[in-house]
Amino acid sequence: MTAILAILEQRNGALRKGSVELLAAARRLADQAGTTVDALVCGAGDVAGLDALGAAGADRVLVATAADFSVYCPDGIVATVAAVAPQYRAVLVSATATGKDLAPRLAARLGGCCGMDVTAVDIDGANIRAVRPVYAGKAIQTVMLSGTVVLAVRPGAYAGVSAAKAGTREPANVPTYFKRLTVTGIRAPEKASIDVAEARVIIAGGRGLGDPKHFALLEELAEAFGGEAAVGASRAVVDAGWIEHGAQVGQTGKTVAPELYIAVGVSGAIQHLAGMRTSKVIVAVNRDKDAPIFKVADYGIVGDLFEVMPALTAAVRAAKAH
Amino acid sequence: MKIAVCLRRVPDTTSKIVIGAGGKAIDEAGLKFVPNPYDEYALEAAIALKDAAGAGETVVVAFGPDNVQETLRTALAMGIDRAVHLQGAPSADGLSNARVLADHLKDGSYDLVLFGKLAVDDYGQQTGAMVAELLGLPCATAITALEVADGRATVAREVEGGVEHAGCSLPAVFTCDKGLNTPRLPSLKGIMAAKKKPLDIVPVTAPAGKVEIVSLALPAERAAGRIVGEGAAAVPALIQLLTTEAKVL
Ligand SMILES: Cc1cc2nc3c(=O)[nH]c(=O)nc-3n(C[C@H](O)[C@H](O)[C@H](O)COP(=O)(O)OP(=O)(O)OC[C@H]3O[C@@H](n4cnc5c(N)ncnc54)[C@H](O)[C@@H]3O)c2cc1C
Repeated sequence: MTAILAILEQRNGALRKGSVELLAAARRLADQAGTTVDALVCGAGDVAGLDALGAAGADRVLVATAADFSVYCPDGIVATVAAVAPQYRAVLVSATATGKDLAPRLAARLGGCCGMDVTAVDIDGANIRAVRPVYAGKAIQTVMLSGTVVLAVRPGAYAGVSAAKAGTREPANVPTYFKRLTVTGIRAPEKASIDVAEARVIIAGGRGLGDPKHFALLEELAEAFGGEAAVGASRAVVDAGWIEHGAQVGQTGKTVAPELYIAVGVSGAIQHLAGMRTSKVIVAVNRDKDAPIFKVADYGIVGDLFEVMPALTAAVRAAKAH
Repeated sequence: MKIAVCLRRVPDTTSKIVIGAGGKAIDEAGLKFVPNPYDEYALEAAIALKDAAGAGETVVVAFGPDNVQETLRTALAMGIDRAVHLQGAPSADGLSNARVLADHLKDGSYDLVLFGKLAVDDYGQQTGAMVAELLGLPCATAITALEVADGRATVAREVEGGVEHAGCSLPAVFTCDKGLNTPRLPSLKGIMAAKKKPLDIVPVTAPAGKVEIVSLALPAERAAGRIVGEGAAAVPALIQLLTTEAKVL
């Protein structure tokens, strides 16, 4: 029970964003413990990008193939991991919607324990020490985990590593399992857009927009960033039906960690901050100079968003054109 | 339809967090406690499903010290039929707690066991899926849609870049996310009725866990930001800072 297993996500035959970062967390644990990293990829057929995983830190890439794995199949993945679990001291997944679903199932099946949404991991003797935000990021908890540890590592917490080896590839056995839940597929939103959880830049709007149609101002700025920006929102405007739930950032929405977060007409209520304070750089546009958002913003513009946004969009477009 | 909802008592989300004397938990003095907001979606779903079925029973279960009884009463006031207080001290290990809950739920003949997707205190986000695994039941987490018909459930859950759809037969375990429904508020009549509804107390002990909390600390404050300027006139200065200082453009 020594090696580290990183379960990588794929969708439609392509590895998901975050695989390389997850391998970096696994690599760190393995190097500290003097052991190896196995990457497990569950797919229905060929998965692109496996050749690059050795250089990203995997000593061995295990490929589990089953027809059910064309979509997320928790029962099948749990059975596959359970069959090889005695080899592993820790099993890592990305703290995505899928990973957060998988981690506790695995911990329960393996009789281990689960560290959810961890931002840092370390070996401490026989245990694994994990750091994780709790109380919506208002406090940071450090826990010591023993036995077989399953960790869901927050996307963005680790930067990819580059290992100087190629890594080997082997098929992994998929044991027979009982499929209790059948995932029928993923429906993409009507308007193709980047998910706030994955975007490098987020332009978030709040009640200050005044009307759902004014989200157009944010979409224009997002476009100016050229395919790397998503439009997010406060709960107030989601609850008012101005934009879909998936865009909500905050305590009861998504936790995000983009490089740049631009909050427009958002007051900065504690529950909103809970979801976005881990952004690398925060910009706030608000006409109230005392709005709490300015307390977390790196840069603020006090002013009417209807005046500021068109100017900002034009300036970003110009900057990007250079 | 016989439906169980597992409920947690948590500090109100507007609470300012103060670290307690031992440095491992919060100081609870002066905090207001509420039913975990995500659990309210589970409670609402249970009540609505039973109403739609026209028959059955809704049961709310909480594991914790005696103060969870107040939270259980709130659920009863919303319209849940009866409450069970699993009286004891929860562990820092989600699996230990899941074992306590699964042990109680296993003989209940429930068609559905519902949880919130996470508790807004420890952000554990694991108990529901663990209970499902221990009971050998199908499970979907963080659902935003639920339909039950002919002994089957179909659910939807938000994943990065879309909405995932899934189905399973009952009995099943689901954890509920915002978007599933709009929880009702307890009515005055409900609050009066709740006082007379059954609340059973069952002493329990969580098995030894494999998780130990080492410390709890406040996060590093973000360095104070700066107001770049006012109105559209401040935009060039902002762009300059984003390009040269923050290097994100
Ligand atoms: C249990 C619970 C969970 C919650 N979870 C979340 C969550 O996940 N995410 C979340 O966001 N909220 C959450 N909330 C809600 C939160 O408390 C706030 O109500 C919400 O964030 C406020 O949204 P807002 O900033 O858009 O609106 P408001 O607070 O109304 O702020 C609007 C802002 O716009 C500014 N403004 C107005 N007009 C203009 C203009 N023309 N130009 C520039 N600025 C302007 C105003 O000065 C103000 O600061 C939660 C609340 C509870 C109780």
